[in-house]
Amino acid sequence: MNDFASRIIQGATGDWEMVIGLEVHAQVISNAKLFSGAATAFGAEPNSQVSLVDAAMPGMLPVINEKCVEQAVRTGLGLKARINTFSVFDRKNYFYPDLPQGYQISQYLQPVVGEGIITIDLPDGESREIGITRLHLEQDAGKSLHDQDPNSTYIDLNRSGVALMEIVSEPDMRSPEEAGAYLRKLRTILRYLGTCDGNMEEGSMRADVNVSVRRPGEEFGTRCEIKNVNSIRFVQQAIVYEAQRQVDILEEGGSIDQETRLFDANTGVTRSMRSKEEAHDYRYFPDPDLLPLTFTQEWVDSLMDTLPELPDAKKQRFIDDLGLPAYDAGVLVAEKETADFYEQVAEGRDAKIAANWVMGEFFSALNASSGDITQPPVSAGNLGGLIDLITDGTISGRIAKQVFEAMVESGKDAGTIVEEKGLKQVSDTGAIEAQVDEILAANGDKVEEYRGGKDKLFGFFVGQVMKATQGKANPKVVNEILRKKLDG
Amino acid sequence: MSELTELTIAEARDLMAKGETSAKELTEAHVAAVEASRSLNAFIAETADQAMDMAARSDDRRAAGEAGVMEGIPIAMKDLFCTFGVHSQAASHILDGFKPPYESTVSANLWNEGAVMLGKTNMDEFAMGSSNETSYYGPVENPWRRAGDNQSIVPGGSSGGSASAVGARIAMAATGTDTGGSIRQPAAFTGTVGMKPTYGRCSRWGIVAFASSLDQAGPMTRSVRDAAIMLRAMAGFDPKDSTSVDTPVPNYEDGLTDGVKGMKIGVPKEYVVDNMPAEIEALWQQGIDWLRDAGAEIVDVSLPHTKYALPAYYIVAPAECSSNLARYDGVRYGLRVPGDDLTSQYENTRAEGFGAEVKRRILIGTYVLSAGYYDAYYLKAQRIRTLIANDFKTVFDDVDAILTPTAPSAAFALGEKSDDPIAMYLNDVFTVPASLAGLPGISVPAGLANDGLPLGLQVIGHAFEEAKVLRVGQALEDAAGFSAKPENWWRA
Repeated sequence: MNDFASRIIQGATGDWEMVIGLEVHAQVISNAKLFSGAATAFGAEPNSQVSLVDAAMPGMLPVINEKCVEQAVRTGLGLKARINTFSVFDRKNYFYPDLPQGYQISQYLQPVVGEGIITIDLPDGESREIGITRLHLEQDAGKSLHDQDPNSTYIDLNRSGVALMEIVSEPDMRSPEEAGAYLRKLRTILRYLGTCDGNMEEGSMRADVNVSVRRPGEEFGTRCEIKNVNSIRFVQQAIVYEAQRQVDILEEGGSIDQETRLFDANTGVTRSMRSKEEAHDYRYFPDPDLLPLTFTQEWVDSLMDTLPELPDAKKQRFIDDLGLPAYDAGVLVAEKETADFYEQVAEGRDAKIAANWVMGEFFSALNASSGDITQPPVSAGNLGGLIDLITDGTISGRIAKQVFEAMVESGKDAGTIVEEKGLKQVSDTGAIEAQVDEILAANGDKVEEYRGGKDKLFGFFVGQVMKATQGKANPKVVNEILRKKLDG
Repeated sequence: MSELTELTIAEARDLMAKGETSAKELTEAHVAAVEASRSLNAFIAETADQAMDMAARSDDRRAAGEAGVMEGIPIAMKDLFCTFGVHSQAASHILDGFKPPYESTVSANLWNEGAVMLGKTNMDEFAMGSSNETSYYGPVENPWRRAGDNQSIVPGGSSGGSASAVGARIAMAATGTDTGGSIRQPAAFTGTVGMKPTYGRCSRWGIVAFASSLDQAGPMTRSVRDAAIMLRAMAGFDPKDSTSVDTPVPNYEDGLTDGVKGMKIGVPKEYVVDNMPAEIEALWQQGIDWLRDAGAEIVDVSLPHTKYALPAYYIVAPAECSSNLARYDGVRYGLRVPGDDLTSQYENTRAEGFGAEVKRRILIGTYVLSAGYYDAYYLKAQRIRTLIANDFKTVFDDVDAILTPTAPSAAFALGEKSDDPIAMYLNDVFTVPASLAGLPGISVPAGLANDGLPLGLQVIGHAFEEAKVLRVGQALEDAAGFSAKPENWWRA
């Protein structure tokens, strides 16, 4: 990961700095498409979710889906962005078989959302603010299937007309790591808002990556745009390759051609797709089938009131109110479902102990199972019950790990397992004292050594007692009695 | 039988109400007229069986006391309207074989009100033309000919088939669409009434798009009252068309004959063009006199940006068409001419599928939207459009309606202007301004040119004041007493 964290490429002629901007296409969560009533579910039979509008039949007209507008505005609010109560849909004209209208309805000069901000969290604990230039609504295209027939391309229009939010960042990122952090943070915010599922494998979030290099502190260089990268890791690999490619060209005295490139995930290489000269002239103009999109500030305010607590605010609350370290808080808020789960576990309990259990044993068990927190290996209530048994001294932390494993296997609650397996902690001083005496008697030589100054042997005696009690003895009581008998 | 085809909608409605004729009888007469009049080439799809079936059901509804506004009226439908399972090709080769699995809102409204479909009428390809000579199905002939002359005359366009069918008494009425004059100009050329309502009054859903910000459907009839009846059936808010306007549709016959007494009628000084025949000016003056005599106050008004309307229109309309017609790519429906690869399939299909005028406008439209030209052409044209709309707004602060000639000349001979696009475009010079401003306009037959061809006068009104426009039109119709008919040379 070190190469992703680096902001500087050391060339033969000196240092180069990477400049990165991202355009993310995020599929809006909505039941119907942006301008038609057709369904949007992923994985349906090809061409089973296509309305007359989506197929661009003659005389068909688009009608805006208000739900999609609401989702875009909510996303804008989540990005602390300016909301434009007047915006315009434009036609972006080009020919492609999976674009039935021969144009994509998008927003060009007047998008629905203007400037905003995303705060990214870096592994070193630092935070940086990345500017959002704009967010606009547009239609997705259909899908060309090139592998169905040796001679023909087939077209699936299920995706045609599905609403996308194009979220454009400022060229504010300086390393692949920052680009990754940006994408993760954006995805987290979208998921908190419920406006995009952020699923890059299914294509519901895709990124166009703009990369250029420059001498630190100098003007921006010429950029290349790498189209349609569909995982965070690929985005980072593409940046590494592309930045190095540009540095190599510049150091050999060449210049960068502004162009659109594609990233090949198999080879890790970017290659030219089309040059600036070959760039489409999209002939944008306002779509005469649609009136400008207008809504009131009151409506925007009412949406603001429905916004959930977003990750930055939640993290701060975990730090301020629950006393969690920033690292723990950051990990726990990364997914809304995780944060919700954690809050259920921590409710009325020690926040740090709860955090340790969720991030420790629970995450391990989760990763070993489905990895999906909505199907947890142990319910939040049961994990909380286990913590209660530790806190009230019924079981030791060590026993608790056994109990947790049993909970994962059986699905039973902690109390039942402790009861069934007789794992209750022994705090009875008389019983423990008898056990200590027995151990000390059986290890007279070690007692002599200890008293002769070999302090480290104390741990040995604790271990022996715990072993003899099958771990059930209260470690605190064992310690006290041993100290008294050995040192007293 | 032949008298039945002479009836207006209002007359037929009254006879049917009295039980003196029926939808079936009317439809039989008109179906026979359609078949006997093929030499006009007004229809490109005849639907006789469907018509008879619709007529039978219409008579049943009337018997059940459920008669609609257009009950039993046999009409023709412009081919631009998508009609379920019936030829709907915008008179273009590129839509070969296209029979939509849906019905346009306007045609559905008409059927819901009881109208009977005789067939689909010929038109300029994709409604691009002013003479009906650009149709893939060949030109339409005007039933009118110059006195003592057998030369074929154009019916105007783009709704030439509809105009010809109504003028020739083949259909009792017909639908048209008007983007820059495509209802009003052919109405003027064929001695019929044609009305373009306010933009947003009739739904565009299911009408093959030419220029979306301008296209409007409207009625083509043989009387102003018929236009009022038919518009009422066609109009209405449609949630499927974002540009349709949610305002109630009145009964346009109410107050239709109240006259123009006390109305102020504007006469714009800019509606004079070079080489305009004296008879057009004379007719215009005649119209002014008629309205004054009927009690209207005539006001000289100025619409200063009128001269920019035609150039602005011929930027905006092609720009929109270049984008609207991109969907005809041979991939999903209509004509497909295969090629070696995708690009050649596009090229072959569109080269063969579109006619010369459509190609010309796609090229113009593509050019004016191109990077580097957008501001100089499209944006400037949009600004002119705003200025023109403001011109009308200012004038309408003071007047109830505006009177102008509909077209700068009478109909011309087939082929006379087809090699000169500029001369052809000039046909729209008086109709385009109201189109750019989205205002309602009607053409009413008002007299005959010296050569015997009909001439029309245009009334332009405030947005959504179709009722007032119709009322002024009725006053003109009453004063003109236009009763001339084309001599029937075309019947088989």
